[in-house]
Amino acid sequence: MTASGAEAALFWVLAPLMVLAALGLLFARKAVHAAVCVMFVMVGLAILYVAQEAPFLGVVQVVVYTGAVMMLFLFVLMLVGVDAADSLTETIKGQRWVGVLLGLGLVVVLLGVIAQATFPPAVGLAEANAVTNPVALARVLLGDYVLAMEVVGVLLVTAALAGLVLTHRRRLSVRPTQRVLAAARVAALPQGRTLTPLPAPGVYAQNNAMDTPALGPDGEPLPHSVPRVLRIRGQERSATAVLAEEETLVARDDLRLIGVGPTSGEAVPAPVGLVETTSGASPGSTTGGTGTTGEDEDGGVR
Amino acid sequence: MEITNYLGLAAILFAIGATTVLLRRNAIVVFMGVELMLNATNLAFVTFARIHGDVTGQVLAFFVMVVAAAEVVVGLAIIITIFRSRRSASVDDVNLLNS
Amino acid sequence: MTMQTLSLAPWLVATPMVGALVLLVAGRRTDRWGHWLGVLASAATFVVGLVMLLDMLGTPADQRVGTHTVGTWIDSGPLHVDLGFQVDPLSMTFVMLVTFVGTLIHVYSVAYMDHDVDRRRFFGYLNLFVAAMLLLVLADSYLLLFVGWEGVGLASFLLIGFWDGKRENAVAGKKAFVMNRVGDMGLIVAMMLLLATFGAVDFGTVLPAAGEGAAAAGEGTMTAIGLMLLLAACGKSAQLPLQAWLGDAMAGPTPVSALIHAATMVTAGVYLLVRSGPLLEAAPDAQLVVAIVGALTLLFGAIVGCAKDDIKKALAASTMSQIGYMMLAAGLGPVGYAFAIFHLLTHGFFKAGLFLGAGSVMHAMDDDVNMRRFGGLARLLPVTAITMGLGWLAILGVPPFSGFWSKDKIIEAAFVGEGWRPWVFGLTALLGAGITAYYMSRLFFMTFAGRRRWSDGGPGDDGAPERHPHESSRLMTWPMIVLAVGSVALGGILALGDRFVTWLEPVTGHAEHHEPVLPVWLLVTLTLLLVLLGAFLAFRQYAVAAVPVEPPPAPALVRAARVDLHQDDVNESLVMRPGQYLTRALVYSDRTAVDGGWLGLAGGIGRLGARLRRFQNGYVRSYAATMLGGLGVVALVVWVLAS
Repeated sequence: MTASGAEAALFWVLAPLMVLAALGLLFARKAVHAAVCVMFVMVGLAILYVAQEAPFLGVVQVVVYTGAVMMLFLFVLMLVGVDAADSLTETIKGQRWVGVLLGLGLVVVLLGVIAQATFPPAVGLAEANAVTNPVALARVLLGDYVLAMEVVGVLLVTAALAGLVLTHRRRLSVRPTQRVLAAARVAALPQGRTLTPLPAPGVYAQNNAMDTPALGPDGEPLPHSVPRVLRIRGQERSATAVLAEEETLVARDDLRLIGVGPTSGEAVPAPVGLVETTSGASPGSTTGGTGTTGEDEDGGVR
Repeated sequence: MEITNYLGLAAILFAIGATTVLLRRNAIVVFMGVELMLNATNLAFVTFARIHGDVTGQVLAFFVMVVAAAEVVVGLAIIITIFRSRRSASVDDVNLLNS
Repeated sequence: MTMQTLSLAPWLVATPMVGALVLLVAGRRTDRWGHWLGVLASAATFVVGLVMLLDMLGTPADQRVGTHTVGTWIDSGPLHVDLGFQVDPLSMTFVMLVTFVGTLIHVYSVAYMDHDVDRRRFFGYLNLFVAAMLLLVLADSYLLLFVGWEGVGLASFLLIGFWDGKRENAVAGKKAFVMNRVGDMGLIVAMMLLLATFGAVDFGTVLPAAGEGAAAAGEGTMTAIGLMLLLAACGKSAQLPLQAWLGDAMAGPTPVSALIHAATMVTAGVYLLVRSGPLLEAAPDAQLVVAIVGALTLLFGAIVGCAKDDIKKALAASTMSQIGYMMLAAGLGPVGYAFAIFHLLTHGFFKAGLFLGAGSVMHAMDDDVNMRRFGGLARLLPVTAITMGLGWLAILGVPPFSGFWSKDKIIEAAFVGEGWRPWVFGLTALLGAGITAYYMSRLFFMTFAGRRRWSDGGPGDDGAPERHPHESSRLMTWPMIVLAVGSVALGGILALGDRFVTWLEPVTGHAEHHEPVLPVWLLVTLTLLLVLLGAFLAFRQYAVAAVPVEPPPAPALVRAARVDLHQDDVNESLVMRPGQYLTRALVYSDRTAVDGGWLGLAGGIGRLGARLRRFQNGYVRSYAATMLGGLGVVALVVWVLAS
């Protein structure tokens, strides 16, 4: 039996593309690209299944493979690191030649077998699918293969459990309770720790001011209000520099906005007040919206 | 077009999958190669079901899919566990069977 | 069997065994009283034996043979052996000999071993020996006999090497043990043959069936059995060619030499042959070999005895020679059995007495055994001299002492028969009697007569060792006196009216009286003449003339006799060296051919494995490539086969 013209067209369009995509799996440097190529091949296969009078399998292919399995792959890729490019230099001596040779040889042998074999005249599934394909499948599956199906169900449950067990991390110590944490914090007081949450960094109008220390009630900057990571990296900014910058900006913009040139002899009270208030740690302008940082909540260690 | 062309496609896809297993070192890519091989056999199953006019082939393909799903769960879990302990997803780093 | 006391038989073995176990297991805790426990165990055994003997004497002669079965010992397919005790005149004779002489020697040893720190262990071994010896003679099957046989071998080994601090003693013990093993092989093979031929190894089945067995299995088998039994007897009784260990066995304490290596254990071979009489009668060839071995050993021991200066070794050679007489008698058939046992009995008494006397002399002479340094001891050791003198007269065969009654009968029996045999055996026995007289007289005169060749500490004895001889304590002299009485009277009492022969008849069968080829009166006269001649020669040479303190130059035969007629050289060159070469060759071939082959194979496989190991590189992809290659090959084969 030969396929219809439409099917032939579909095949000849799809098959080369699928082969190309499969080669993409083989040659893509990045695993994500490879995964996308495989997804293409799988969708193509789903289409071919439908074309081959197996619409149920086609749908399952899309749902299970493209929808579930390949998504799982992508998740794992994300977990492992998307941009972990595969080094293409071969480490096993001769493995590349062996692989290429075996791959080609396999193609030759399999195609040779297919060409050599004599197939019976194709029957087609029109008769078998008379009651629609899913029903025909279900009859076989729940009839002849019901035991196998049950076993496969057990297998799936087992696999799910295996996934849980294998990815489970064992906690090596007892989980600390709040009481323990509190006691530890009090015990750490002599080492210069504080009971209260650390002050939030200073947040000013012009800056994402996580790197700028807040000002204490006495107007002095509080260095430990800046996250520890930034301090270690040396990305901390000095509060005075920021304030001086702000002051000049405010002064200029204020003058420009109110239409008074710098030459105006009129005393502008705003800058002076601003300077006064900022140096006096005005809460309205120096504290950010969030009073605490995540780190404080975690354990107060900064 | 002969229906056996599908078999040829399946053979080619299978060989490409096998070659991927042999040549790539990223465990996830290798695993995808395995999946490609399974899919290729599924295509062959479906084609044979059509040739023989019997949906049993499709049922077998169905089983292959289910088993493959289970296999993916376990396999990826293993890959993650190995990655956690060795910070690597290369199959060549897991050569403790050596010597 | 109407004997009331038959069931006492196991106690004969158990009593000394309990003594041995207590002494050996309880260890040093029993050091203070252990020797008396040993004496007590032995004496108690004697009393039990005496009760049984009296009971047996009160039983009609035809009902004196009985077995007491304790239970099944081995039940393994065709081999069924009961744990049974054979009680009959023969075994009772041995029981009395072993327990009576044994008890006397136990008593003697209390004093003799007085200064030995291991006296308790010594008595443990002695009791062990008594138990094993009684088991040997009371066993009702060859297998049980073999247990006792090995037991006495073990006790002998332990006692020869009792002073194993000295290397020679340990070596002597080992030599005796090894040579006895050769004989044991004979007994084991004999038992196998018996089992194959008769399907049993107990006396009750085998012995009555000996005649039929010979008819059924052929005379060759019976000859083999007889020769194997002879081999066993040779090992145990120090007969040619397994005689070499007895001389060295004198390394043990003297009471041991008296009990084990003179009176009892070494005669076990004779017991075995007499007990197996019916088997030997079914194999005339083997019987002849027994007689020949006996005759040869008789001469061998006598010649060696003439040249030995070591008093104990001279006595050992004499023992060998006397046992040769017994073997000769046992080889003569039913006519000789009773006389073999008779001589065994009297010999047990007078030889034990002689050994105890020798021990007493050694005690007096600071454990010196060199007779050339003795002399003139008769006045200083009167009891020892008199008891040894009586023993000397007994072994010489001077009437009416014990030896006369037993040895003359053997000489007489040796002259019975037809053709060449009576002449050869008879003349050998006659000659042996003469030589015996010479060497025993030599021993006696060198020790007790002549001038002293030791120093009493006074002036004028330059170079001679200083000794202070004194008579031994009563614990030592009384056993010697009792044995001397036995040496004097026992033979005559038992010989009157053929009492002993009649007594043994239930076991040995009635032997028709045969006339010797020469008249009896002539034989007796000839024997006495030869004995007198030998004694006279010895008297002239060692009592009248001065005895040189160093062995003088001598003809080749004497020189050879001084080294035991080169028995050790013969053994070494014929057996030991070839054995060593054989084992060395085997070891070499084992190392090179067998080990080399297998090691080579193993090495080859190892190297192959090392090559193959390279394929096992641990890389999963390599393995996958191999699998895929295999798949390709399979597909290719399918393709080719299908097309």
